[in-house]
Amino acid sequence: MPFFGKDKKAGPFDYSRKWSLRTVFALGAVFLYAPIVVLVIFSFNNSRRGGNIIWKGFTTKYYEKAFGNEELMLAFANSLTIAIASTIISVFLGALTAIVLWRFRFPLKPAYEGLVSLPIVIPEICMGVSLAMFFSKMGMMQTGDSVWPFNLTNIIIAHITFSFPFAAMVIRTRLQSFNREMEEAAKDLGANEFQVFKDILLPHMKPGLIAGALLAFTLSLDDFVITFFTSGPNTVTFPVKIYSMVRFSVTPEINAASTILIILTLFLTFIALRYQRMDSTS
Amino acid sequence: MQSIRNNVGVFLSFSGPTFIWLLLFFVVPLGIVWLYSFGENVSLTEIETTWTLDNYRRMLEPEILELMGRSVWLAFASTVICLLVGFPMALVIATASPNAKPWLLLLIMLPFWTNLLIRTYALLNILGTRGRLNDLLRWMYEKADAFLNTIGLGNYALLGDGFTPLKLLGTQTGVIYGIVYVSLPFAILPIYSSLERMDKSLLEASMDLGASQWQTAKNVLIPLAMPGVITAAIITFIPALGQFLTPDLLGRGQVDMIANVIERQFKRANDWPFGSAISLTLLYVTFMILAIRSFNDAARAKRAGRR
Repeated sequence: MPFFGKDKKAGPFDYSRKWSLRTVFALGAVFLYAPIVVLVIFSFNNSRRGGNIIWKGFTTKYYEKAFGNEELMLAFANSLTIAIASTIISVFLGALTAIVLWRFRFPLKPAYEGLVSLPIVIPEICMGVSLAMFFSKMGMMQTGDSVWPFNLTNIIIAHITFSFPFAAMVIRTRLQSFNREMEEAAKDLGANEFQVFKDILLPHMKPGLIAGALLAFTLSLDDFVITFFTSGPNTVTFPVKIYSMVRFSVTPEINAASTILIILTLFLTFIALRYQRMDSTS
Repeated sequence: MQSIRNNVGVFLSFSGPTFIWLLLFFVVPLGIVWLYSFGENVSLTEIETTWTLDNYRRMLEPEILELMGRSVWLAFASTVICLLVGFPMALVIATASPNAKPWLLLLIMLPFWTNLLIRTYALLNILGTRGRLNDLLRWMYEKADAFLNTIGLGNYALLGDGFTPLKLLGTQTGVIYGIVYVSLPFAILPIYSSLERMDKSLLEASMDLGASQWQTAKNVLIPLAMPGVITAAIITFIPALGQFLTPDLLGRGQVDMIANVIERQFKRANDWPFGSAISLTLLYVTFMILAIRSFNDAARAKRAGRR
């Protein structure tokens, strides 16, 4: 095991070298990964009905079927559109919130902080229900009939509401490492408030903004419950579409569609990690 | 930190958009839920707020009480399992070599980034009567049986008459398995971060003073990691209590939790006022847990300050 290193003698608190604990960790990892691996394997299963029970040989035809499924592809396009739109606004709102909380002292600050973090802690189902009722009361549930992408407005609003507090959290953490003397130096050299913001603060925030954006994007792509409540019958996202397919019947096509989404997520994670590494070495 | 006195304009332009957004799309919707929870259906599509308490009174019906009890039990059991499994896993990551640490963390985080619906759907293949878990158990049964035969104990039917597959889908065990599966990364991370911050010399001091390895773990390591364990418990328990997908897909309608009943009021039963009352109850329970937690933290800080 080169991972853990054998060169030094294990001390009493090198818990990571105890075989009992390592076994628990390995079993935990198997527990977490086995279902996903099995899902990916069975997306190549050449069996029409009950595709998840018996292995009947290798095929890629369910990928062709998934890619050829127009409704599924529309749902996928919807999901990406929603994720992009909600990410942009979430990062904007998140950055503003982070700056306010980091920079200012003001009355009722703890209450404001609490309000901002509420969407993170309240149960998803409550948020889904409340937004569904709100949209129907405002007559916004009919937006499903308007032109794409405006029929997605409800879902985008809902996604921004639950993801911008997460973005704010990430960005605020980044701001805490900002050196205020830089700001003062810039001001001494004649920069105005806006120039300080644009040339000093914003470049420092950049990694936080990117991390926040990736988080918001993943959260949006991942959400099922809130979307399920706020989407009209004609606006379907990828998870909602998969859900209705699962309810209908379990087919290898669902496995193929899921695999596509898993690969997309892996890809995004990979970018995020690469970016972080670049950031820490520079 | 600046006072807003000199920068009212900057402050308002920075805090305004967020505040308006939250007011409009968060506070107002919750307000509507609150109003509807005191309302009645006057026609198929209209709800009037009559300040009736009937919706809350219906919460005391035995069916709903049983549902609440079951939800709390399932969330509690899953949380306990997550902590028991998560603690040793977090301990391994926290004490791994600096090179291995980010990879081990990534290993835990990756499933967490994978879509919740897909992860729950993936479990259908594992937990089915003819699923992979039962395949594994059958294989183990056959090996054990063969082993007993070779050592000459084959005729006593020590393992029963034959392999009976476990029924997991549509049972509480299956739902608990599902909730543990989706929440384990949530449980590991806070425990990991509290273990990571811990001063390792305290452990060494304990050993130097003659405590055994086990005593050190029990009296030093675990108490020091307690804040992380409590955070882990809370961020596992709250989402678990409101789980919709796991009981829906793995419970097969046999093991409903609060969220499933809420969903039914909105999608099929069309009883929004009652659905609102249940949602708010779930919300109040969440707030109560968080309030107890913050009082606890305040008390802890006070004790620490006195020392």
